Amino acid sequence: MDIQVMKVGVVSCSGEEIPEGTLCRLACRKVLDERPGETVTICLPLFIAGGEEERTFARNYPTITVDGCDKRCATRATEMLSGRPSKSLSVPEILQKHGLKAPTKLRHFGPEEETAVRAVAEEIARAVDEVLEED
Amino acid sequence: MAKNHRKVVVLPCSGIGKVFGALAREISYELIEKVRPGVAVTTCLPLLVIRDPEAVALVTENPVITIDGCPKDCAKKSVQALGKEPEKTYEALKFYTAHKDLKPEGVAEVNETGRKLAAVAAEEVAQEVDRLATEGRK
Repeated sequence: MDIQVMKVGVVSCSGEEIPEGTLCRLACRKVLDERPGETVTICLPLFIAGGEEERTFARNYPTITVDGCDKRCATRATEMLSGRPSKSLSVPEILQKHGLKAPTKLRHFGPEEETAVRAVAEEIARAVDEVLEED
Repeated sequence: MAKNHRKVVVLPCSGIGKVFGALAREISYELIEKVRPGVAVTTCLPLLVIRDPEAVALVTENPVITIDGCPKDCAKKSVQALGKEPEKTYEALKFYTAHKDLKPEGVAEVNETGRKLAAVAAEEVAQEVDRLATEGRK
């Protein structure tokens, strides 16, 4: 008998212009590295630049979007071009919840930013657990 | 008469899974923060995906350089999807093939050697930034 392990799609803001974008990418990467059997990702612009396989991403996987600012590109792009996300997370809301300051630099994160990366990664991992339990 | 371009928009790959995506971003940050601050600017690629009016205007009204991290060419295609051809396109991999002594590593962010390669690459891309910025002022 085949046992299928379901994977959760994580769609990250890439936010090249804002520090929260870097935070988003690093936190998502951390979850993807720590939960390789349960998570999968897609580069957000592939919804436009890719083919049918990329556009059906959110229909193939229950998806968690992670946004870096209130423009909510990850959530909106996923909704518009692929499918409705199962959960939508916001980095500013997570930082507020944990009483953490937003990072101020675009690159070369160090120990100062690591707490924020860990906090966001933990929230993503929690959301992954919830989605897996729901399905 | 040519349009008066003040900015050159540098758009890197958005990927979080490959070293050359991270290298593309590092080159872009090197340009906008150190090598050509105030001239080279960037915006979030996903803003183009959702057609954010401000980001679309920045890209359609200024010369654009894309730096892609893989053959899927998301940065280039995201600009083309707006009906515009980027003025210059790069593949991050080519910077490594031209400087084999600087092998970048890392996925979300490049290592120290990757940063050195990004600095070298940014100087090369800066020549194109200067050309495009100058052309715009003629």
